[in-house]
Amino acid sequence: MARDDRTEISSSASQHRWYELFSRGARDWLRHNQKVRDAVREQLPDLVAGADILSRPGGRTVQVPVRFLEHYRFRLRDQHQRGGVGQGPGEAGDVFRRGQPGGGEGEGGAGGSGEGEVRFVLELQVDDIVDWLWEELQLPDLKPRTTDALTDEDLVREGWDRRGPRARLDRRRTLREAIKRRTVRPEQPAFTDEDLRYRQLARRKHPAVNAVVAFVLDVSASMDAGRRKLAKAFFFWATQGLRRQYGNLETVFVAHTNEAWEFDEESFFQVTATGGTVASSAFRLVRDIFADRYPPAHYNQYVFYASDGDNFADDRQAAESLLLELAGQVNFMGLVETPQNRFESSRSETGRLFKALEARNHPVGSFTVHGDADIWEAIRAFFQRQAAA
Amino acid sequence: MSDQHHHHPAGTCSQADNAELARYVPRFEQMARDHGLSFYPVDFELVPNTFMMEVAVYGLPVRMPHWSFGVRYIYQYVQHRMGNSRIFEVVFPGDPNRAYLVDSNALAENTLVTAHVLGHADFSRNNSLFHRMQHEVGYHIVEQAAARAQRIQSAIEQHGPERVEATLDAALALEQHIDVNQPLHRAPYPEMLPAETERPPRDAFEARFRDLPGEQRPAGREARRAQIPPHPEYDLLWFIARYAPELEDWERDIFLAVREESFYFYPVFACQIMNEGWASYWHARLLREADFLSGETYLDAIKTHSDVVRPYGGDQAVALSVNPYHLGFCLWERIIEDQGLDRALQIRAEEDDFSFIRNHLDQDLARDLKLFNYTRRPGAGGEERYILRDRKLEDLREGILQPKFNYGAPRVCATRVSPNGNLTLTHDHRSDGRGLDLMRARKVLDYIYRVWRRPVMLETVDHAGERKIVENSRQG
Repeated sequence: MARDDRTEISSSASQHRWYELFSRGARDWLRHNQKVRDAVREQLPDLVAGADILSRPGGRTVQVPVRFLEHYRFRLRDQHQRGGVGQGPGEAGDVFRRGQPGGGEGEGGAGGSGEGEVRFVLELQVDDIVDWLWEELQLPDLKPRTTDALTDEDLVREGWDRRGPRARLDRRRTLREAIKRRTVRPEQPAFTDEDLRYRQLARRKHPAVNAVVAFVLDVSASMDAGRRKLAKAFFFWATQGLRRQYGNLETVFVAHTNEAWEFDEESFFQVTATGGTVASSAFRLVRDIFADRYPPAHYNQYVFYASDGDNFADDRQAAESLLLELAGQVNFMGLVETPQNRFESSRSETGRLFKALEARNHPVGSFTVHGDADIWEAIRAFFQRQAAA
Repeated sequence: MSDQHHHHPAGTCSQADNAELARYVPRFEQMARDHGLSFYPVDFELVPNTFMMEVAVYGLPVRMPHWSFGVRYIYQYVQHRMGNSRIFEVVFPGDPNRAYLVDSNALAENTLVTAHVLGHADFSRNNSLFHRMQHEVGYHIVEQAAARAQRIQSAIEQHGPERVEATLDAALALEQHIDVNQPLHRAPYPEMLPAETERPPRDAFEARFRDLPGEQRPAGREARRAQIPPHPEYDLLWFIARYAPELEDWERDIFLAVREESFYFYPVFACQIMNEGWASYWHARLLREADFLSGETYLDAIKTHSDVVRPYGGDQAVALSVNPYHLGFCLWERIIEDQGLDRALQIRAEEDDFSFIRNHLDQDLARDLKLFNYTRRPGAGGEERYILRDRKLEDLREGILQPKFNYGAPRVCATRVSPNGNLTLTHDHRSDGRGLDLMRARKVLDYIYRVWRRPVMLETVDHAGERKIVENSRQG
């Protein structure tokens, strides 16, 4: 068994650095992350309904904290008490805690119990989330209004012609023609003028894809932080859904107490105010903004109003007539009600107004939202009603 | 060999160091032989740290892809970056042995590692469990595993990554569920039970009664189809590979690949304390006796030794787990001191960790090592408390061995395949002392269902000890 004394220690892996070209660990890690994404996708409604992820309203990504996936194995159930063997000084009855000076680390045995407790943050594109959600919730696409008034003109491709400007030569189509011809008559030349195909353009009218959505928030004292968070989550996802449909979505933010103001998105959710609740002030402001900047002939209009439902009784008439006016011109108008308690919903002042309009077949709806879990119901209800309308 | 707790800025093993190391190897080998060790040749290779981390994660230099390795890799990577874990060496027993050393470690460290590897090489050649398993799986595991990984790669190309992953989900989840007492290459169960010409009499009375004149002999049974499995089957990987109603050949191939590697890993698992202790004993001894090492190299190497072979908590502090390197090292030192080297060589050939701990961890050593039993209890506020219970020898032994029973997995066996192909597994909760974690059990059944393709159920007990049936969640 004596070996040659010229023992060599190979180091080819390090010298040629071939090894760094592929890392199996990294490859399998990426696959794990892909699986996490898929898993996240499945439970996305639950994950993103928690309004915390909306903390960066400007960003186009959201961060979702996730756990590592576990590759399951048969394992005995956890016991309340578990034994083990340790090493070191001490008397029976001494109590140790982990992380103490002298407290050891490292759990012996397979499948260290530490796994699964480490979390990492997955960054998801909002656009991806919205696509996934719409699939997951099986939400229909919105219907833009198709009135004659609401049209843009555009050049669209339509069919092919044998003559046309060089720039519109369709090479793929031309090649296909040539192949078709040569299949029939193989002896013919590769290309002839007969094969050329040009794209034709036609002028078409199509419904306007401009849209504006007005978010109206009741910021009177009764709307506390929790209710605003719910409203914000609803507004956020409703915007994403609308944005998915309309190439050009404008947003208007209006807050009101007994008067109403327009805000930018950033400050909208920070607003606090004291005062009574006069909803008509906000509806009036929305109507004026719409008339001023977003005429119904060119815009699909949406209004969402988040409130706990209270309104001064003597504002009823004003509110009702303004709502009726808006209902006549918008695609949809929704009330997101965050009532004071579970049993109060839709019997509130504002709730009754919306219900009345809804009963008269106006494109109006109201949704009651008590907690995070209700947001998807509200979003779903809105998009389904809107599609059916 | 790895060090879980210390990090040293390491010098790099330069070209000159490399040549120096190459000169040490044959001299260490000669010294080891003079002491009576014997081993197949060892091929040493210096590799980058990243390679080492992956080898530690995958268990083999080239192995099948699976996302669960990715998770372990990230843990290893994070530990490494935080300086909590260093891997010095990995050796794959075989003929030749393949040993990997880290190219960024200092000469002294790699010198120690070289001697350490020779201890492993001797152990794996001479230990009977290693010998049996090596004989089963062949002596070129690294190449064989690479070839299997290659086959799995072509399965991915042919059948798509999702299907291969589903198969691996199941096979790797059952990795530990083999029967190490059966050979690797097993014959299928006999299909038919032999005919019985005559039923044996039930008792003495019947025997005498039969002999009465005019009495008919009771008819024996004809040969009949044997039930599958004819007895509880603990080798789940084999059972599924052989008896799953609709398994395709490439899936069977994957199951058998995982199973073969599992046989290969078993002795490493079941002899860890002995094997690491043995290698540590020999690196310490060879270094001590090597007159060709400079004083500086020797001192640095011994320092590395005392970082690795020591209680996790150091000399004074308390640790809640036992360092197998240190425990094994102390046991071997004691055995060689008290009973001589020849007896030690015999023990390393014949025993595994179970007998090693039970036969040789005695009251004196347990006291010197300050071993204790503890109970873990969730305290107020979720913080866990560890209460030192006692230092009873019997409990210490069983406590150390407890995670090693049945390859570290609950005892689950296949007990029945119904005529329509439904599979029943049974958990031997009496041996394990309690029932399975039901959520995880269901998830594993879901994995199995994807390859068995018929309903799969499992019998265990719940927290109250009542019989509990778990079924795969996708009935269909």
